[in-house]
Amino acid sequence: MITIKNYIRASSLQEAYDLNQSKQNRVLGGMLWMKMSNANVNTVIDLSDLGLNTITETEHDFSIGAMVSLRQLELDEGLNRYSENAIQTSVRDIVGVQFRNLATVGGSIFGRFGFSDVLTMFLALDCDVELFQGGRISLEQFCAMPKDSDILVRLILKKTPGHFVYSSMRNSKTDFPVIACGVSFFDNTYHFSIGARPGKAILLRDTTGLLSDGITEQSADAAAKWVAAQTPTESNLRGSAAYRTHLIEVLVKRNLMEIGGKMHGNPNQAE
Amino acid sequence: MEIQIKLNDRPLKSDVSPDCLLIDFLRAQGCYSVKRGCETSNCGLCTVLLDGKPVLSCSVLAVRANGHQIHTLEGLQEEASDFVTFIADQGADQCGFCNPGFVMNAIALFRENPDPTDDEIRAYLAGNLCRCSGYEGQLRGIRNYLNSKKA
Repeated sequence: MITIKNYIRASSLQEAYDLNQSKQNRVLGGMLWMKMSNANVNTVIDLSDLGLNTITETEHDFSIGAMVSLRQLELDEGLNRYSENAIQTSVRDIVGVQFRNLATVGGSIFGRFGFSDVLTMFLALDCDVELFQGGRISLEQFCAMPKDSDILVRLILKKTPGHFVYSSMRNSKTDFPVIACGVSFFDNTYHFSIGARPGKAILLRDTTGLLSDGITEQSADAAAKWVAAQTPTESNLRGSAAYRTHLIEVLVKRNLMEIGGKMHGNPNQAE
Repeated sequence: MEIQIKLNDRPLKSDVSPDCLLIDFLRAQGCYSVKRGCETSNCGLCTVLLDGKPVLSCSVLAVRANGHQIHTLEGLQEEASDFVTFIADQGADQCGFCNPGFVMNAIALFRENPDPTDDEIRAYLAGNLCRCSGYEGQLRGIRNYLNSKKA
């Protein structure tokens, strides 16, 4: 059971950052994961008063504050119009509405949890993070960094034109995914984000040219086999490494076929 | 730490420890409809409305509720009465253990979407686990309740 000695609502990002330099202190996200730990925390730092709970849209990007809930992601019309509902699909099976009203984007992304649908989804998009000290870097770069004591302020999702599909395989509807898979096409490149391997999500780009002549059953099949071969998987209670590798192949192919359909104006299937 | 909240429309001032969970605070105030189920933020039994939105009270610090409005089933008796009676008449309440959380979330659903499809009902209530696995009964009960309202 977690114990907490002090609770502070930070009045500025600087205050939150300063407090977070002590290893005995923790930043509060939705607290859903943290509450199940056995940590003895000196001070929890609440970012609720810093105005980080909004999604703002400009001509070029979306700014998603670290305290935005997963439910907000699910319901935001602009985000889902841009992502072709891939963002909604990525979060809608995360436990339940009550959970998603609490869980925050910042908590999911900063934690870089292996099971995270949110990290897997945003990795497949053209997305940066803004850190209080570290400034703006790509989400891919952030994902590869070791955890530190910086403060994640927001995500910046660029409105790069493209197509996006997300799917996951779960043993039961609201459980963690056994495998999660985001596929996108933007900047003339196919991107494959694979999460719940069960390690944290990784991003691959098609460098093989397998899809250079377009998406067909055969090219999607070949690309899916390539992604599965490139992606390290492990076993845990939810599934074996071999099962996960098989699922990657299945989901990548399905997602690619859907992307192919979108490219040709038919959202349900490829040409 | 001192907190000030509105609990079931009544202002309340109280001292709580920094790690007191909202569920424990609410039960200490006599709101026994709020029950502890899974302890893993999964089952929805402890659902309350925080500023009108359904949340898991087992996963919220009471201090975080400072300045906010909380509703438990005790404060929604009138709104819940018809629905609960209907569900009981339909035999959809099963053993009853999950009912407070189920009813709270159903109320949140009806407020947000007064005319949901079956799929929307299933999706909204996916976070309410029924130990009897009585999901079909719950769905039938809700559907019949909503149809009865239209009649």
